[in-house]
Amino acid sequence: MPGPPSRDPALGSTGPGWGSTGPGWGSSGAAAPLLAVNDLRVNFRRGRRTVQAVAGVSLAIAAGETLGLVGESGCGKSTTGRAIVQVERPTSGSIHFNGIDLTSLRGSELRRARVGIQMIFQDPISSLNPRRRVRDIVAEPLDIWKKGSQSERDRVVRAMLESVGLNPDVAGPRRPREFSGGQCQRISIARALVMEPKLLICDEVVSALDVSVQAQILNLLEDLKAQYGLTLLFIAHDLAVVKNISDRVAVMYLGKLCEVAPAEVLYRSPAHHYTQALMASVLQPDPSSAGQPAPLQGEPPSPIHPPTGCRFRTRCPRAEERCAIEEPVLQEIAPGHAVACHFPLPTGGSSLAGAGQMGQVGQMGEVPGQYTPPSPPAPRQS
Amino acid sequence: MTYPPAASDPQSAVPLLEVTELSTSFRTGRGLLKAVDRVSFRLGRGRTIGVVGESGSGKTVLARTVMGLLAGSNVEKTGSVRFEGQELLGAPNSELRSLWGARMAMIFQDPMTALNPVMRIGRQITESLRLHLDIDRSEARATAVSLLAQVGIPSPEERYGSFPGELSGGMRQRVMIAIALACSPRLLLADEPTTGLDVTVQAQILDLLGSLQYERNMAMVLVTHDLGVVATRTDDIVVMYAGRIVEMAPTSRLFSSMAMPYTEALLASTPRLSNPSHTRLAAIEGRPPDLTALPPGCPFAPRCRYAQDLCRRAAPPLVTAERPDHLYACWYPLGARTGPAPVSHSVSS
Repeated sequence: MPGPPSRDPALGSTGPGWGSTGPGWGSSGAAAPLLAVNDLRVNFRRGRRTVQAVAGVSLAIAAGETLGLVGESGCGKSTTGRAIVQVERPTSGSIHFNGIDLTSLRGSELRRARVGIQMIFQDPISSLNPRRRVRDIVAEPLDIWKKGSQSERDRVVRAMLESVGLNPDVAGPRRPREFSGGQCQRISIARALVMEPKLLICDEVVSALDVSVQAQILNLLEDLKAQYGLTLLFIAHDLAVVKNISDRVAVMYLGKLCEVAPAEVLYRSPAHHYTQALMASVLQPDPSSAGQPAPLQGEPPSPIHPPTGCRFRTRCPRAEERCAIEEPVLQEIAPGHAVACHFPLPTGGSSLAGAGQMGQVGQMGEVPGQYTPPSPPAPRQS
Repeated sequence: MTYPPAASDPQSAVPLLEVTELSTSFRTGRGLLKAVDRVSFRLGRGRTIGVVGESGSGKTVLARTVMGLLAGSNVEKTGSVRFEGQELLGAPNSELRSLWGARMAMIFQDPMTALNPVMRIGRQITESLRLHLDIDRSEARATAVSLLAQVGIPSPEERYGSFPGELSGGMRQRVMIAIALACSPRLLLADEPTTGLDVTVQAQILDLLGSLQYERNMAMVLVTHDLGVVATRTDDIVVMYAGRIVEMAPTSRLFSSMAMPYTEALLASTPRLSNPSHTRLAAIEGRPPDLTALPPGCPFAPRCRYAQDLCRRAAPPLVTAERPDHLYACWYPLGARTGPAPVSHSVSS
């Protein structure tokens, strides 16, 4: 499809040197990453107080790669995704997409530059306009950018609906309410892909779906990624889902990254105590995994008053005085594997060994949001 | 986590809950929609049964029918729900109201819509305490604060005066649990209690339910779409599809030797940490059937990879496997699929 704007900044290659400033966690290959986020900060004002939703995140995604971004509610993972497309304007930091710093652009320049990034959201039903027909919803980006003639647009929309597994003749004239959650998510995907983006940001796209439908959507994303040569930023809270789709995974806690590694490495030998706890929290459909209490107690502290030093120290089983004083920085411990921890777990060991010892957390018991659970009774012997 | 069963053997004594041939239908513009179709199960004191199925499988309608929450001129209920020997189906509302909260309670998926947003959470707990127990205001308050502490709310004295909107999703679910458990019910119906919560909080809430259940010898019906939730926290599992029970077995038995292809398909579609990245998930293609126009045969046949002619012609009955506590509804159960001939039972048609 021909691009409507005469000058397409997304094709420029003369952006400022993202490579020289960023620490480059994340870039798995030597090739220039498609997206390079450097020291991204997003603050929200809440009355007189400031919430640091994202407090210095640097990551890079190579073209064709899938990066998973995982963390609990309120850790800033969605804000990071939204800041990349400039829906939330970052407080500071740079976001280079295709070599162009999106944070330096305004208005129509910005809109043209970010056509190559599209986003899909968690709730498929509320992210579709209930009063429009499916074919018009999918065609809307094309209409806005005046791509091609009406008949060309119709053809593209039909092909797109087909490739997400919907029959264009049946689905096209209907409205979103006639579809299930999984089908609405397919429509959202079609709308995102119709502009042929390079980067697709998926924000918890399967967490509202049944497991059976979730598997369909995950498989569909893998197929479309291959078909359209997409690069994915996959944001979710479920490590099992993230691992399934990602090449590399970044773990986020309270506005900062605590570990970045290839998916297999992260699973086999997590170095950060938080990663290990997240993994042990995944409920596996296997009765023999019984007997271990929830590895993390309480909820993350408020981002208005983040803990000093390491942000995870208030829930960390390994926390010491040093963690309260000195903030750990993200350091590479193996090629492509970076962790921000003073006392990282020995890598090379099994991730599941030791998960049971994480049981009752709490050297720093005074923290709000933390509690000591009633000691669980002994698991049944059978 | 599972906990030791109650002292009384659920098989011998009168079960706490006995559901027999229960059907719930809705009269809709497109005809009669049978959301729950001849469901039978029993639940002993202090035991936990998991009800698993996709959206639209009837699991929520089942829980609500048992609780007696479905009423109205468009609802048709047949069969029997006996709770502590008392018939609930068709019981007058006044009778049900004396049970709700006191002897049976329910927690819902979405704690935000289930809580009253303009009432302080303390009041929402004392409301049922003062209704069912003969205690004065200060006693009720003290009980409510201790309940908040028991469900793991930090600084319960302060939180007593909070509104639901001031709490996180996990905290709201804890408040819901506190309300449900206020009068120590014998039976708790938990409808997707952890769906929509973070994985870390999910594990906490399930542990909390397990330990409270053990302390109080309370029975629980745990309704979920996620086999991971029920795998380690139930005694028995019921798998539902299109309103029917398609498989029922003790939890460990179900996972070790499932008979129904639908159960297998549900399990296979769950992403696992142990799988390598980019593992293709075995998704169940298609979606559950339209309940107003069910196919003549097995409702799962159109999506079943093993389906044969017979499956499309006749619906399989719920039969027992080698063990009396393992039931399934399939002409060609897993493990026995050696040839096209149906095993162990024949078609009557």
